[in-house]
Amino acid sequence: MHEHDVLVIGGGGAGLRAAIAAHEEGADVAIVTKLHPVRSHTGAAEGGINAAIREGDDWELHAYDTMKGSDYLGDAPAIETLAQDSPEETVQLEHWGMPFSREDDGRVSQRPFGGLSFPRTTYAGAETGHHLLHVMYEQVVKRGIQVYDEWYVSNLAVTDHDDAEDRECHGVVAYDIKTGAVEGFKARNGVILATGGTGQVYDHTTNAVANTGDGAAMAYRAGVPLEDMEFVQFHPTTLPSTGVLISEGVRGEGGILYNSEGERFMFEYGYANNAGELASRDVVSRAELTEVNAGRGVEDEYVYLDMRHLGEERITDRLENILHLARDFEGVDALEEPMPVKPGQHYEMGGIETDENGETLIDGLYAAGECACVSVHGSNRLGGNALPELIVFGARAGRHAAGADLGEAEITKGKTAEIEEEDGLDTPVEPGAVPSGDDEAVADGSDDVAADGGAAVVDPDETVRRAVERERTRIEELMQKDEGIKHSDLRADLQQSMTENVNVFRNEDGLKQALEDIREVREAYQDVYVNDPSRTFNTDLIHTIETRNLIDLAEAITLGALARDEFRGAHWRQEHQERKDDEWLKHTMLSWNDGTPELWYKPVILEGEDKTYEPKERSY
Amino acid sequence: MSTQVPEEKEQSETEQEVNAETEAEISEGASYGDQRRDQRDAQRRQSVSGAPADIEGESFRLKVFRYDPEVEGKMEPRFDDFAVPKQKGMTVLDALIYARDRYDTTLTFRHSCRQAVCGSDALFINGRQRLGCQTQISDLEEPVRVEPLPHQDVVKDLVVDMEHFYDQMHAVEPFFQPEEDPDGDLEEYRQTRENREKIKMSTRCIWCGACMSSCNIAAGDNQYLGPAAINKAYRFAMDEREGENMKEHRLNVMDQEHGVWRCQTQFSCTNVCPKDIPLTEHIQELKREAVKQNLKFW
Ligand SMILES: Cc1cc2nc3c(=O)[nH]c(=O)nc-3n(C[C@H](O)[C@H](O)[C@H](O)COP(=O)(O)OP(=O)(O)OC[C@H]3O[C@@H](n4cnc5c(N)ncnc54)[C@H](O)[C@@H]3O)c2cc1C
Ligand code: SF4
Ligand code: FES
Repeated sequence: MHEHDVLVIGGGGAGLRAAIAAHEEGADVAIVTKLHPVRSHTGAAEGGINAAIREGDDWELHAYDTMKGSDYLGDAPAIETLAQDSPEETVQLEHWGMPFSREDDGRVSQRPFGGLSFPRTTYAGAETGHHLLHVMYEQVVKRGIQVYDEWYVSNLAVTDHDDAEDRECHGVVAYDIKTGAVEGFKARNGVILATGGTGQVYDHTTNAVANTGDGAAMAYRAGVPLEDMEFVQFHPTTLPSTGVLISEGVRGEGGILYNSEGERFMFEYGYANNAGELASRDVVSRAELTEVNAGRGVEDEYVYLDMRHLGEERITDRLENILHLARDFEGVDALEEPMPVKPGQHYEMGGIETDENGETLIDGLYAAGECACVSVHGSNRLGGNALPELIVFGARAGRHAAGADLGEAEITKGKTAEIEEEDGLDTPVEPGAVPSGDDEAVADGSDDVAADGGAAVVDPDETVRRAVERERTRIEELMQKDEGIKHSDLRADLQQSMTENVNVFRNEDGLKQALEDIREVREAYQDVYVNDPSRTFNTDLIHTIETRNLIDLAEAITLGALARDEFRGAHWRQEHQERKDDEWLKHTMLSWNDGTPELWYKPVILEGEDKTYEPKERSY
Repeated sequence: MSTQVPEEKEQSETEQEVNAETEAEISEGASYGDQRRDQRDAQRRQSVSGAPADIEGESFRLKVFRYDPEVEGKMEPRFDDFAVPKQKGMTVLDALIYARDRYDTTLTFRHSCRQAVCGSDALFINGRQRLGCQTQISDLEEPVRVEPLPHQDVVKDLVVDMEHFYDQMHAVEPFFQPEEDPDGDLEEYRQTRENREKIKMSTRCIWCGACMSSCNIAAGDNQYLGPAAINKAYRFAMDEREGENMKEHRLNVMDQEHGVWRCQTQFSCTNVCPKDIPLTEHIQELKREAVKQNLKFW
């Protein structure tokens, strides 16, 4: 058994920042990650980091913009913390050597971004995430922080208490991808989940193949609530065949969207008469799909994004990267022809419920980054607000886990007095785990906590040991079967249904259809088998375990979307075309409850440090 | 183990067997999910049929290197053939994923971002180091032949051991070491636009290992730092924020037996770097700087 004070799961922006912070606090910290840190998806971020670091700007403006952008579904204490801490955190990156773009006076540059009242997006070319990731990894190397790379964390070691609130997390179980060994990792002080996004729930996403939401699914099954999962951001300009992102920068520089008739539809059909192509992401995504549905899409699938008129010089100067992307990933020369684009899944606003110190409902378990929901983005994330979230809340989680006193959190966790139960959500099928035979470990891992009916295990070492045993049995079971269903078929079916039914446009029938499809996939998963018998680098096994996580998260997204009968931010419902502040200024919460998902709500906190944010119409 | 499989042998025996096997799978083994997806793909192909690069219904041959130290039948390196339908915009990585998900889930390779930023899928494709995700099938001659990076130990199929590469990267003190901090927490270091421009290309490295694998000298001298690590050192040595003393220290690290002087300017690293980093030029510049520094002390 490996043992450290603090274990950080994930080596992306949030994980690296958390590890550095815990180390600075004096903890013995280790990072366990399924990809080598520099392979994490943070490296794909293009646009930049929002931080109020200039004269004329201040954190309060940043907080206000963020609250408005969230469509009043963000929690003020989280949003204000983000805005207050991000200047120092961003300058800290500069002090670690980050090659930010520069002004004439040698200071770092900032640029305007959608929804911001001040040009506060600090950037390093169109490769901000790449630099952020590498600079932080360099600091990890400098500090000699131990990294277990290509170790897949497949389960949390959580005590067996009946009530999730009483449970404690003492470590994780991880699988050494290179050798196949399943081992326990004990954390004396805390485990921080920083496992990133869930894009693979959809078949068309800007996210990496590794973004399978493992941390969120594991925390959920261990008893931590998932928050606001229905809010999925779709980016309007992704390449049709791969989902590769074409940065908002193209429209920022003057790129134009056309339909198949050659019409500039954002104006022609009145989707956004003021902002046109530069309307917010949700608005443009809906406009594009409306065009396609009205028969004005190209090949019934996409629209055109044209930047040819900007001229070769300006394009190579400011959008060079886009030329490479269009050529390499779509085979299109964007200097000669318009680029085909369509909306694609981009960001999961919801996630593991945490407070502003990164703590979850379970003692000793933290979360930060895209896998967490603290909640700063509410129902719609502004461009440039995810990277500061990684460093601000990554650092806080790291410090807190290492024992620093960050003060009492204002955001509550779990079911407090103010919660409201959902009773009456009409689901066509029973959601949640497929019932299993009693004693045996279930191959799909749904017995993550307290399933074997024995005496409750609370001793830390024993908790880890037992979790390891369960995991070994589960993996053996998966490997032993000689035939069955391939994970790739299940994953594809799941992704296809989510894309058809829980996309930009949503309606009740579609959402119910998705729940039925998810159930079907869940049941079929009982017959999943791993064809590869090898212990060495068995990606067949890893993808099989990941697919299970995708099923639980797809269901959480769909249940939340079915429950929320209003139109807010990224969540559009055909039957409900208005924001219903009277009813819906609340977070959708989902608890696993030993296999039976339970929906409940907790109020949004609009009360800030010295003002209360009043919901207003969101128009740009 | 080495990645060299003699072309002759592989053509004559093993491949034919495997060929027969995969062909069979292609025709009858299609599951319900596969059939549904085939339909959808067909629709998709139809819907983009006007596009010139799309050749409807046509497949190409993907020849993939296979090896697993543990599994009988795979311990002897071989090539497998897969028939993959052509699609507009298809990359080598797409084709590998297709082959894995449809025909053989044991086919193993690293991949993640699909957009040339994570550096996981550097492979030896038609005899050259490239990123699978960045390489269009339509740019390649058929059959498309995919092998692991040469001069690296093969773990399994297309996966190579990257430890040595990481060790060399770590050996050059790959972190910012300024001499003094700016006053005040919110004060940045000043850096001129020109200086940022100078280091810009060097900061684009994604640690894919293509350069190292293409380098003859690195292949013969295990201790040679190699182009990626030297480029990393260049990135810091040329960053004016670190200061002159630190630059001297960095040049000393480079000016050693297995450092910059090993480079014989063959340009193979520069030719294969997927991020177009002028590696050889950077190495040459460090050589010149090292010489200048020595002159100072004479
Ligand atoms: C194309 C693109 C462009 C973007 N541009 C911007 C932008 O300009 N500005 C902005 O603010 N935001 C942007 N975002 C959003 C932002 O980049 C992401 O939200 C953020 O990088 C996520 O970071 P993370 O640390 O939470 O996760 P990741 O960087 O995805 O890291 C996750 C880590 O967890 C590890 N992991 C996952 N599962 C396991 C497991 N089971 N066991 C062990 N390890 C595991 C992985 O190996 C990885 O190291 C963009 C996102 C995309 C996709
Ligand atoms: S220098 Fe280029 S080829 Fe070498 S590791 Fe970096 S990106 Fe890859
Ligand atoms: S998959 Fe990331 S570089 Fe190719």
